[in-house]
Amino acid sequence: MSFLGFGDRAWYWMAAVCYLAGLVLGTVALLRDRRQSQGAIYAIIAAGFVLQTLGLFLRGRAMQSCPVGNMFEIFQFTAWSAICLYLVVGATFRLSLLGFFTSCLSAVLSLVSLTQPSWDAPHPVAAFGGHAWIAFHAALALFSYGVFGLLALTSAMYLLQTYSLKHKHLHGLFSFLPSILDLDLISVRLLAVGVLLMTWSLGIGSIHWLQDLASVDTPKLFTAALWLAYFAALVLRLSRRLVSQRLAWVCVVLFAVALLSLGPVNASRHPGAPTSAVPGLKT
Amino acid sequence: MSDPAPTLFLLGASHHTAPLELREKLSLAGEKLEAFRADLRAVAGLQEYAVLNTCNRVEIYGVAADPAAVARLEASFCARHQMDPAAFARCRLQLHDRPAVQHLLEVAAGIDSQVVGETEILGQVKDAYAAAQAQGTTGPVLNRMFQKSFQAAKHVRTHTAIGEGQISVASVAVDLALKIFGDLRPCRVLVLGAGDIGEKTAKAFKSRGAGRTTVASRNFEHANALAQALEAAALPFERVPEGLAEFDVAVCSTAAPEPVITRAMAAAAMRRRPNQPLFFIDLAMPRNIAPDVADLANVFLYNLDDLAKIADENLALRRAETDQVRQMLAAKSEALWVQLAPRMNGGADSIPR
Repeated sequence: MSFLGFGDRAWYWMAAVCYLAGLVLGTVALLRDRRQSQGAIYAIIAAGFVLQTLGLFLRGRAMQSCPVGNMFEIFQFTAWSAICLYLVVGATFRLSLLGFFTSCLSAVLSLVSLTQPSWDAPHPVAAFGGHAWIAFHAALALFSYGVFGLLALTSAMYLLQTYSLKHKHLHGLFSFLPSILDLDLISVRLLAVGVLLMTWSLGIGSIHWLQDLASVDTPKLFTAALWLAYFAALVLRLSRRLVSQRLAWVCVVLFAVALLSLGPVNASRHPGAPTSAVPGLKT
Repeated sequence: MSDPAPTLFLLGASHHTAPLELREKLSLAGEKLEAFRADLRAVAGLQEYAVLNTCNRVEIYGVAADPAAVARLEASFCARHQMDPAAFARCRLQLHDRPAVQHLLEVAAGIDSQVVGETEILGQVKDAYAAAQAQGTTGPVLNRMFQKSFQAAKHVRTHTAIGEGQISVASVAVDLALKIFGDLRPCRVLVLGAGDIGEKTAKAFKSRGAGRTTVASRNFEHANALAQALEAAALPFERVPEGLAEFDVAVCSTAAPEPVITRAMAAAAMRRRPNQPLFFIDLAMPRNIAPDVADLANVFLYNLDDLAKIADENLALRRAETDQVRQMLAAKSEALWVQLAPRMNGGADSIPR
């Protein structure tokens, strides 16, 4: 399926180029001009988002389901979710450098997935068997990955700002970072939103799992464990027992674990198969 | 023989050309400025003028019908200050046409200031222009030149780092607090010690919007006096340990020979506010805050040397920008002079006398 003569991958490439352009523009502005270009980066990322949405739409139409059926699609959807959140959060909170870091994350996720042909192996059309709720559950689960991706970014920015202030390195990139309290505030909100979305997603999924307990496999258990970890982090933060740098490290590590384990977890569900689906999904 | 052409000029003295004692003598403060303005009206051939008078410079910008009018102005200036013209000539700054335009642009942008990149000068240039306008002594040349100088100053501030970074210890401390708290309005500031530097820092916080200030000193009367001056509250010194958790920023500048804030004290405060950062500013010598307080999570400690180093680095960064700013302003002054030169030949004596 194509639009204006371009297939879905072409649109994904165009979006990735936009995210990369945002990253390059942000880097040049910071290093050479020693200033930010928030408006320009926001516009470029928004353009990338539109292009990526078009790619997802074309892929979804072709697959007759939410396009999260293999590793390539999962990475694309996660990047799209993070950008979607950024477009709201960035416009609302105007967090300095968040656009720069988000374009960095999305460029990496998009380009890595685009340059790994084996990740985009064919998978069955209507992967969710026509179950709209399962497709919704999958989309929500991956959207929460996007939220946690953005949370990992704000947490990394928190760690950088703390390092900068503790070690008295205040120039260069550090001079543009948002304040400690602003980053903490947005991180807690993102953590709460991510946990809420994932809880919702798992709630929908569990309705199906409870009907077929034998279907509870490694990917589902991993997803549940990940939800539990984020949920515990949220509870501990709200009770002021996990705060500041330790909370930031937990958020960064959890997202890294989630991202890096996507492949192995799915491979364990489909031994020998190069393709994979979202952990916890019944496909 | 043709008539001499009108000239755009700058005449005066600044901290670059005259020592402090001489600048004091040349200053045009208060009534002296008004009297000098009356002198200027009597100078024949002076078509437009504006007087910029600050603690570091006295400069008269103007358009004269011929160079002789500038000489008459100089004689009038020296007479007003009862100064030997030969002595003034030794410290005089006199520029004509495009260099005069370039100079005003550099002054307004802050790169000619003693503290490079300071912003106060732009306000002073604006005031000088407004006063001249009110007196009706500006015309098409000076109007254009001053307005363009404001635009140029704004442009270089936006596009270079000439105005970035604070260069006083108190302002650096406030900037650091902004990096931690973002918004100072909800911040509660504790000032330990009623000395001068603590007062200055407290005032800097207050001027940037800090919400509530409390002063504590071993001498409660001193604390009370400073608290009244700052419209703040006073706290008995012995209640500082138990009250520390209530504050976001603690500015310490007591004369105590031992640390007044220990690690145990700070740790106890942080247990009561684990998710809220605590910013310690140690302005005392010897230090008032135990250095190992900095190891605590969510605690940030800066001493006098740290703040002075940051201020020095900021000043060095500003100085490093001056060449780039000067180049940008040179391009602007050249373009501006192309516009101004034809207006110089308007010829008419535009000043109401």
